[in-house]
Amino acid sequence: MCSWFQVGSARRVTAQGSPRQHRVSAAAAEMDSTSLEPSLYTVKAVFILDNDGNRLLSKYYDPELYPTMKEQKNFENNVFSKTHKADNEIAFLEGMTIVYKSSIDLFFYVVGSAQENELMLMSVLNCLFDSISHILRKNVERRCLLDNMEGVFLAVDEIIDGGVILESDSQQVLQKVNYRADDNPLTEQSVAQHLTEKLALTTNVSVMSLHQPSVCPVSLLCFSQSSRLGRSLATL
Amino acid sequence: MIKKFDKKDEESGSGSNPFQHLEKSAVLQEARIFNETPINPRRCLHILTKIIYLLNQGEHFGTTEATEAFFAMTRLFQSNDQTLRRMCYLTIKEMANISEDVIIVTSSLTKDMTGKEDVYRGPAIRALCRITDTTMLQAIERYMKQAIVDKVPSVSSSALVSSLHMVKMSYDVVKRWVNEAQEAASSDNIMVQYHALGLLYHLRKNDRLAVTKMLNKFTKSGLKSPFAYCMLIRIASKLLDETEGGHDSPLFDFIESSLRNKNEMVVYEAASAIVHMPNCTARELAPAVSVLQLFCSSPKAALRYAAVRTLNKVAMKHPSAVTACNLDLENLITDSNRSIATLAITTLLKTGSESSVDRLMKQISSFVSEISDEFKVVVVQAISALCQKYPRKHSVMMNFLSNMLRDDGGFEYKRAIVDCIISIIEENPESKETGLAHLCEFIEDCEHTVLATKILHLLGKEGPRTPQPSKYIRFIFNRVVLESEAVRAAAVSALAKFGAQNDDLLPSVLVLMQRCMMDSDDEVRDRATFYMNVLQQKQKALNAAYIFNGLSVSIPGLEKSLHQYTLEPSEKPFDMKSVPLATTPITEQKLEIAPVATSKLPEKLAPSRQDIYQEQLASIPEFQSLGPLFKSSEPVQLTEAETEYVVRCIKHTFARHMVFQFDCTNTLNDQLLQKVVVQMEPSEAYEVAHYIPAPSLPYSQPGSSYTLVRLPDDDPTAVSCTFSCTMKYLVRDCDPNTGEPDDDGYDDEYVLEDLEVTVADHIQKVLKPNFGAAWEEVGDENEKEETFALASVRTLDEAVGNIISFLGMQPCERSDKVPENKNSHVLFLAGVFRGGHDVLVRARLALADGVTMQVTVRSTEETVVDVILASVG
Repeated sequence: MCSWFQVGSARRVTAQGSPRQHRVSAAAAEMDSTSLEPSLYTVKAVFILDNDGNRLLSKYYDPELYPTMKEQKNFENNVFSKTHKADNEIAFLEGMTIVYKSSIDLFFYVVGSAQENELMLMSVLNCLFDSISHILRKNVERRCLLDNMEGVFLAVDEIIDGGVILESDSQQVLQKVNYRADDNPLTEQSVAQHLTEKLALTTNVSVMSLHQPSVCPVSLLCFSQSSRLGRSLATL
Repeated sequence: MIKKFDKKDEESGSGSNPFQHLEKSAVLQEARIFNETPINPRRCLHILTKIIYLLNQGEHFGTTEATEAFFAMTRLFQSNDQTLRRMCYLTIKEMANISEDVIIVTSSLTKDMTGKEDVYRGPAIRALCRITDTTMLQAIERYMKQAIVDKVPSVSSSALVSSLHMVKMSYDVVKRWVNEAQEAASSDNIMVQYHALGLLYHLRKNDRLAVTKMLNKFTKSGLKSPFAYCMLIRIASKLLDETEGGHDSPLFDFIESSLRNKNEMVVYEAASAIVHMPNCTARELAPAVSVLQLFCSSPKAALRYAAVRTLNKVAMKHPSAVTACNLDLENLITDSNRSIATLAITTLLKTGSESSVDRLMKQISSFVSEISDEFKVVVVQAISALCQKYPRKHSVMMNFLSNMLRDDGGFEYKRAIVDCIISIIEENPESKETGLAHLCEFIEDCEHTVLATKILHLLGKEGPRTPQPSKYIRFIFNRVVLESEAVRAAAVSALAKFGAQNDDLLPSVLVLMQRCMMDSDDEVRDRATFYMNVLQQKQKALNAAYIFNGLSVSIPGLEKSLHQYTLEPSEKPFDMKSVPLATTPITEQKLEIAPVATSKLPEKLAPSRQDIYQEQLASIPEFQSLGPLFKSSEPVQLTEAETEYVVRCIKHTFARHMVFQFDCTNTLNDQLLQKVVVQMEPSEAYEVAHYIPAPSLPYSQPGSSYTLVRLPDDDPTAVSCTFSCTMKYLVRDCDPNTGEPDDDGYDDEYVLEDLEVTVADHIQKVLKPNFGAAWEEVGDENEKEETFALASVRTLDEAVGNIISFLGMQPCERSDKVPENKNSHVLFLAGVFRGGHDVLVRARLALADGVTMQVTVRSTEETVVDVILASVG
């Protein structure tokens, strides 16, 4: 691995073209390689991207793999461009096995070496996804994830420690993290609802039309709602 | 839909990402509230999250600001908010490398680690080990040992995993915890078991006996954790590999029994381990293949991928073992995951019959643009292997490859295609023109210098000999106009070859050359000027020597000789013949399949075996006057295997001498041999000039003794000779344990097998890329011809093989490959005879009852021709 990296960087100077192109050779070579050193270090990297390929969270556990931020982001972009169109669960890129899963506007990736047992990586991915899904109360989407970033950080920390799988049972992870998104988060919408209820009580004006019975996470709706509220307040 | 949502979201002005426009300085400013009393857990938590988020985004924190924030954060340990405390641990880990004096939190963490709150203990251990160094580790050693055997699984796991991380840094300390790890390995918790096994193996992996014991214990007691089971399978297969244990070993049985585990992960791990074992028989593979076959129809994409990828690997070595899965693989070729489909198709291409090739190729071309470069290379490799298997399919393949060549792709991908096309051209003469046409089209728009030069070189070699050479000129000259220096230079060389080969093209080539002489680059100009002048002479011999067949000397040897020449200036011009010849011809070797791994080789030319010998021999004073080393033979065994002494001989040929290097090994541990000499009795007029003994041969340490033989000057035709060899030495008995020898010894001798010197030892292989030109260059001045009947040989292949190995010359123009179903063949051989005389052999073979051979030999020296004909007869 190490010697390859040196060769790779040496050639980068002489041959034109992006470094990524040279990775391919190692990739194909690694696909055939037979050695599978017994080790607990299973996961090379974990990252969560949004639907534009922006990094929301990412952890690299192998210091030799993409040591600089630029290389990491290049890798993430490459992975994203190859995976975001079809939900195929597994891919092989730049000599790395990548398992992934998407939900609404989020993409979860777990990266392991070419020889790694794909099912082990899958179990890490499943555990990560299930834990986060619980923490976010099934609202696995970008906004909710960002609102509960600390819970996500803690969950990742409980699942993988320095590349070693620490826990693969999402129930155990949830118990250890002991964090859940607020049942009724203080959003614009809830403020609006709260306000209208107060208004209805005090002024006795019927604002029943403003009530949206279900909890809608989409702030577009609460925006229109609050503007309608603005108008109704103006009429008062 | 999603896009629309996003847009509106931004308009709403609320900022869809609460972290979007975070300013590092603003966050650090906010961090001041850490110092407020009472602590507001909610706000502090939010700020810590922001800091970690920024670090995660790659924001750079200076040491001072990081340290400041870190110290402020330490105050938050006063709060008992659970999530806040946990975020503090995370912050500590994230900042461990950027902040100074992180050890300040050691006592707080130690307190949490040993405290009553179980939720804090595990994470605190992990954070603590992150900031601890070897000296500090000893201080917390007691706590770590306790934590490893703690009954709370998360505490035990955290301690074990942290210990594993610490092994790299403080192996000696962690080694002392092996008993605790052993205890943890029998834990009921599956993760603790897994982590304990991992740590135990890591501590013991250099002690094979301990690993064996550990394996025995766990394979018997069984493990609950599937992860631990996988780990155990990996350890077992590694041990099997190292000990070269047969497949009847209990370890193999264990791996095989794991195929019946109820967890898919374990089953797959076991199957993969069996498949990766070297020299596994088809029978041993069968159970592994059948579980993989089951996985092929799994609804889980990852499992299908894993199965088909492993089957693909099996198909490389044992295609027949996979044929049973062909039906399942057929179902996968339309899989929506293109990686799975590609692997399925390439596997089928390896196992399927010739008739299915067209259909599979059609299928794969429907989605080849969707798959990643890695898999495209896999596809090209599969095609390359197919072309060798079914040469008749080359037109389908060529078509497919040319389409792939037009698509986008990286360097490795393009290189794989070009290599594949070149190998098809070389295998099938009838595909040459189409192949060259595709390559010509490719270089019209090729961004890779290496590939362009490679193709230009090929065009120069093959183009002039096609029926219509003129059509390639345009492609080549376009490169001179449009490309970078390296490509222009290669194009000039290719042009020159057209001019040299085709008289009717010569005037036009000369005009083009004239233009190249105006090039802005030195190398291009130099080449053009040189070729221009050579071509204007219109002499076949010059063309052959300087345009078609380049230098055949060893490059490191040339470098050394030139350096030597500059150090000792003399009146005489530099003599090319004093440079050792290249031992392995660099080009025209058969292209291996799956050559991708070769790209890992360093670009620098490694010194060849002969260069190493040259160096070794030159360091012996007696051999310094012999001149440059001409040829070194492959080692010849002079003893049976497993005898008391093992001796092998390497024959080094010089201009007028031969040096025999005897590599001797003493396999008796109760003897020390001294003054070892191999005495040689020649049968012919050879004369032994000097012996150089190996001073001492202790047990199992090889040593070399040399014998110098003068070749007969008066009879240059005496090239073959048999030597009877006897090894003579002084034996001193010694203690097998200490190796301490007795004071006195006795003389003894040991008879070795006879050593033959043949004509091949006097000829060095040289590759002439254009044999015809070389043939003309040498001329018919010393030509001789004779006809022989080879009665004992039955096939042309066999005859060709025999002639090559007997004469030790280099087959040219790929004439060592006899086309199938042919009754006659012409073999071209080239070499250099000792003393630097070029020698060329043309052997016409005809198959009747036996093989009849007409040999024509040309050389610059008449005696050489006689030597060759005499030795063949």
